Amino acid sequence: MRITQGAFSFLPDLTDDQIRAQVQYCIDNKWAVSLEVTDDPHPRNTYWDMWGHPMFDNPDAAALMMELNACRKLYGDRYIRVVAFDASHGWESVKLSFIVNRPAEEPGYRLERQEAAGRMIRYTTRPYAADKPAGARYG
Amino acid sequence: MPAPALAETETPQAAAPAAIDLREEFETSGVKDVLAELDRDLIGLAPVKRRIRETAALLLVERARRRMGLAHETPTLHMSFTGNPGTGKTTVALRMADLLHRLGYIRKGHLVSVTRDDLVGQYIGHTAPKTKEILKKAMGGVLFIDEAYYLYRPENERDYGQEAIEILLQVMENQRDDLVVILAGYAQRMDRFFESNPGFRSRIAHHIDFPDYSDDELLRIAEQMLDQQNYLFDTKATPAMADYITRRRAQPHFANARSIRNALDRARLRQANRLFESAKGPLDAKALSTISAEDITASRVFALKPGKGASK
Ligand SMILES: Nc1ncnc2c1ncn2[C@@H]1O[C@H](COP(=O)(O)OP(=O)(O)OP(=O)(O)O)[C@@H](O)[C@H]1O
Ligand SMILES: [Mg+2]
Repeated sequence: MRITQGAFSFLPDLTDDQIRAQVQYCIDNKWAVSLEVTDDPHPRNTYWDMWGHPMFDNPDAAALMMELNACRKLYGDRYIRVVAFDASHGWESVKLSFIVNRPAEEPGYRLERQEAAGRMIRYTTRPYAADKPAGARYG
Repeated sequence: MPAPALAETETPQAAAPAAIDLREEFETSGVKDVLAELDRDLIGLAPVKRRIRETAALLLVERARRRMGLAHETPTLHMSFTGNPGTGKTTVALRMADLLHRLGYIRKGHLVSVTRDDLVGQYIGHTAPKTKEILKKAMGGVLFIDEAYYLYRPENERDYGQEAIEILLQVMENQRDDLVVILAGYAQRMDRFFESNPGFRSRIAHHIDFPDYSDDELLRIAEQMLDQQNYLFDTKATPAMADYITRRRAQPHFANARSIRNALDRARLRQANRLFESAKGPLDAKALSTISAEDITASRVFALKPGKGASK
């Protein structure tokens, strides 16, 4: 099941040229771009692992592409996203975030229904991938 | 969140033009302006200016060929600038970045100037991230490595400089579209550096040598520097400066235009003190901007025998 999170995720995967153009758009808007990685893409998992530092002073998107290639080499079987932060209000806030790498197989989520008192039902989504321990979930 | 502009996959391919007017390209690309500024702002340096004009012509033709769909390769643009201290290497590198940007060979046109300490770390695992941070900053522009030979220290076989060299060589080869590297330093040491690092030599297409300035050129540089700071020599100060230049050249640590800049800084200091101590009434703009002979001849260079001691 294809994970759809962040911008552009209903489109076909962006090519590297398209990623580069988006990143350049962010940089030209003075947003700091960075990369994050996870093997647990649950929508409520906001804390992905950072790949290096946010890039504050790199005027060209080639810098991020260099890091993305290094990141894919190590974590090509995980989700990688680009996050762009805007600090113009005095604090960093996410302006744009989109997936730039995903595992070859995406097993998706199991929907669990818990029957509670009074015919109430609580729903839980659980990634099949998260059945395995961290680091062994894909590939 | 504003909807980001959707990136175009490819710019639609315009039909190749049948003919390209190089003259017009020369003018509209802004290359003409850069070269004219270079001619105007930098005194002397005739061989350097000639090489830059030749390089610009080559790049302009390459660009025209590419637009016409003729066989072309991204030309190797990495360069080495050799010459003594203060001969204008850093200054020209800045102009070169501008030139390459206007020709579309680099996307941003900024210059990141570094030395060994910015690239090489202190302990294992420190160098690669440091070098990569600098490379990332320089992407889209020019990376200027001053006194590049310090990267290579053969006397220490575990020197971390080697690691920086390997990363640089890889990026110079594989990311030629992303950045241009200019190595700078004194001629003989650069030659030795290239001999022991053939990897660098083969990746560098343009070697430009910066000659020392003549006394006459240094005097013109002095006048230009003063003019830019809204100062001028009076009639006796000009020959005093010419005399200073001849004497200073014979002293150790002579650094061409930089020595001139430093001498002028000190002359301004002496002028200020002279005015402060001798002025009886209000001073006009002319008095405040005139450097006279005594502001120059007070230099220690005039007291020293040629060839001994440093200048003050
Ligand atoms: N041809 C010139 N005309 C006018 N000013 C010049 C010229 N060449 C150099 N200068 C001035 O001299 C100073 C030193 O120049 P620059 O820093 O470019 O020298 P450099 O070759 O890089 O020296 P180093 O090898 O010591 O780094 C600068 O302030 C620059 O503006
Ligand atoms: Mg310099």
